[in-house]
Amino acid sequence: MRVGVKLLLIAAAVTAAGVLIGFYVSHLTKLAGSPAYSVPVQNAGSGHPVVNLEIQTVAAVGPKLSQNPNWVSYLVKDNGQWERKTVWDLPAHATVNVTIYNFDGASALRNPFYARPQGMVGNRIMVDGKPVDHIDPNDASHTFAVPALGIILAIPGVADDAKNQCGYAPCQMSNAHRTIKFTFHTTTPGHFRWQCFVPCAAGWIDGFGGPMQTIGYMDGFLNVKAA
Amino acid sequence: MAAEPNAAPARPSDTTNHGMRVVVAWLVLSAIATPLVAIFVGHLIPPGNASTQGTEQVFDNTWMLGILTPVICAVPGAVVDGPPLRNDSQIQVLWIVITSTMVLFLAGFGTYELLQNGAGGGQGPNPIAVPTGPKLQVQVIGQQWQFTYRYPSLGNIESNQLVLPADTDVELHVTSLDVIHSFWAYELGVKADANPGTDNVAFVRTKGTGTFHVRCAELCGLWHGYMYNNGRVVDSAQFKSWASQAKKIYASIKPYMDKPEAQGGAPFGHTYLPAPERRAG
Repeated sequence: MRVGVKLLLIAAAVTAAGVLIGFYVSHLTKLAGSPAYSVPVQNAGSGHPVVNLEIQTVAAVGPKLSQNPNWVSYLVKDNGQWERKTVWDLPAHATVNVTIYNFDGASALRNPFYARPQGMVGNRIMVDGKPVDHIDPNDASHTFAVPALGIILAIPGVADDAKNQCGYAPCQMSNAHRTIKFTFHTTTPGHFRWQCFVPCAAGWIDGFGGPMQTIGYMDGFLNVKAA
Repeated sequence: MAAEPNAAPARPSDTTNHGMRVVVAWLVLSAIATPLVAIFVGHLIPPGNASTQGTEQVFDNTWMLGILTPVICAVPGAVVDGPPLRNDSQIQVLWIVITSTMVLFLAGFGTYELLQNGAGGGQGPNPIAVPTGPKLQVQVIGQQWQFTYRYPSLGNIESNQLVLPADTDVELHVTSLDVIHSFWAYELGVKADANPGTDNVAFVRTKGTGTFHVRCAELCGLWHGYMYNNGRVVDSAQFKSWASQAKKIYASIKPYMDKPEAQGGAPFGHTYLPAPERRAG
């Protein structure tokens, strides 16, 4: 076979592989099984959009929401229903008010650095109605972190001896939970991953398998889009 | 008299001269190509000049590219094979000597470069090539999926951005809290594996101010591709100001940073072991 033909075949194979990899990466979120949720804008006409994002963190997602009922997961409130969607569309240059209801127990942070909330308005969060600038790393249940936006916060867990703990999700407000509130601002449009830094995947080596490695549970994207 | 079937074909009388001419031409062209490469594409040659180690790597890559350039340029005219040379002991010896010399030279040169200052690579917990003089210690902590940086000499402050003072020797202690990562500070010419339970020491001497890229160079899970960040080399005054500011910002978690690991804290240590799983859910 002539050298030119060989080179052409190699170039074609490399291009085809590149296209396939690009296709996979660009469709990563869809292939991973998490549909996107467009967070409703409260005042689209005013020029400064405001959105409210309500999230649950649960110890076991349950058979209604997943084929992996025992996996730990984030859920989002979509039209009054708790859904397992972790890809969220947000408007650019918006104020995002986040409320997290955590129904899970504490796992502890591996690195206490993440115990200090940062990247949100005032670098403070409200925990059960009280402002805090850090939590005890041993009390952390999960984190919500968007590294590219500098957002990191640790979510305190439900006490081990709390009554009426939630079993399978979706959990009810009557179940024992912690409420965390904070506000951050989106900037320019972009595609930002978010994740949990606590190794909270029970039953996996060092707590880092399964739901920690799968979009749709403890990982997702913020799709910040131009208004 | 008939020739033996496996006898070497008669070599053209000028084979040796031809080989010598090729070598001389290669050397001359390399001598011309190397400065041209340095002048015209030097700024593109990795990894950059942000550190002494980086500059040394740029130098190595430049001269290697310089001696390769004549070969690359000659390849289009050398695609057609020459006549086969069989049972020519002189050629065989020459081939073995030349290739062995090249391998031994590269091994010796690599060892020399490593022993100078570690060449920006991780040397494990007991480094051999240790630069003399004072050094700023920084612990590089990999965790799925972010690097953070702890400064033991600055009150155990920690940051998610690597900030270094210019013209300073830095001693990096690279480790991981979970799986295998690799700390790759590209423009600094530093690449060191981050293994759980291991203190991998690497050295770098920063040069002027600027920014550099940090990324993980070891496939480490779902967000490996997102495990990157920018670092900064700043002047001494800016570094002091940054450290002072960071101490204030992270004052609320300092008690936890200073606590012994056995008591739930995570102080600077040469080995940063992952905490046991304590999930209650």
